[in-house]
Amino acid sequence: MEILYILLLLMIIAAIIAVETKNLLSSVICIGAVGFFCSVMFLFLKAPDIAITQIVVEVLCLIILIRSTISRDLVLISGNRDFFGTVVSIVVILVILLGGLNILMTLPDFGTPAFTINENSPSQTYIDKGLKDTGAANIVSSVILDYRAYDTLGEATVLFTSIIGAVVILRKKSRKDLEEPDE
Amino acid sequence: MKGMTVIVKTIASWIKILIVVFGVYIILFGHITPGGGFAGGVILASSYVLLMLAYGRDFAEEYMPLAVASKLDCLGAFIFILIALLGLVFGGCFFVNFLYQEFLPGQDLKLVSAGTIPMSNIAIGLKVAASLFLVVLTLSVFKIDNKEQDK
Repeated sequence: MEILYILLLLMIIAAIIAVETKNLLSSVICIGAVGFFCSVMFLFLKAPDIAITQIVVEVLCLIILIRSTISRDLVLISGNRDFFGTVVSIVVILVILLGGLNILMTLPDFGTPAFTINENSPSQTYIDKGLKDTGAANIVSSVILDYRAYDTLGEATVLFTSIIGAVVILRKKSRKDLEEPDE
Repeated sequence: MKGMTVIVKTIASWIKILIVVFGVYIILFGHITPGGGFAGGVILASSYVLLMLAYGRDFAEEYMPLAVASKLDCLGAFIFILIALLGLVFGGCFFVNFLYQEFLPGQDLKLVSAGTIPMSNIAIGLKVAASLFLVVLTLSVFKIDNKEQDK
């Protein structure tokens, strides 16, 4: 599992570069690199569904970000960093890290499945009876669309409502034109 | 948003149909190979985004206007709910895979199998494609007010 640690280190380096650089185009490209390394990590962890979705969404978000920032002639990030805010945020992160290390010690190793410790976990049921109960060869599809279809309904509702909100707010006509006489 | 040069327009019009075929393949075979509705829907949306980047926003907006895209979005969500309610009518409870258990079992590892799962994949793929295309279209229409006279 050493390749996972190398990819994790590359992701952290790309994220630090994305935050620290002053050029906006370099920052957007480094965000794309973080998503790309995450997708490769999903492939090594044997999850091709998530890897496909991750790489395609990453490319689409990259295009949206580049079109919405670069085409408006914003090239450099400006502004100074607040000293007190930086110190407070570092202190909060250290406190959460020290508190979370106790919890991280009880989890299994990085890269092994987390739900095989308990013998009665539902994951074994899905793997054993997935093909017989639903008929789908892809067990991930049978879980998200048959065994746990309510969660997919919730996710589709969240996507729907957020798109409605975005389309309503970012209208082309202003309010004043729409209040023209209706009679 | 203006279009790009002639070379980009020619290549984009050839590549766009390949991207659409690949997206439809990932949606339809979502119950056999890795993929499914969400990944295939995003791939379909990216083919429309390629059209908008290469030809300009006005061409893409008359190719698929805002009203048609939002109606497709609602249609996808409606078909998903309809499949769940039909499970209530024909089977015992909400979201039951009634096609696999009663009417049409099909054979394993073929295209016609797993009951309502491919139909849910198609509905979700349509919905995600229309949603993401709507987001990109409205983000490109929305301009900051003091830059409007530059475009």
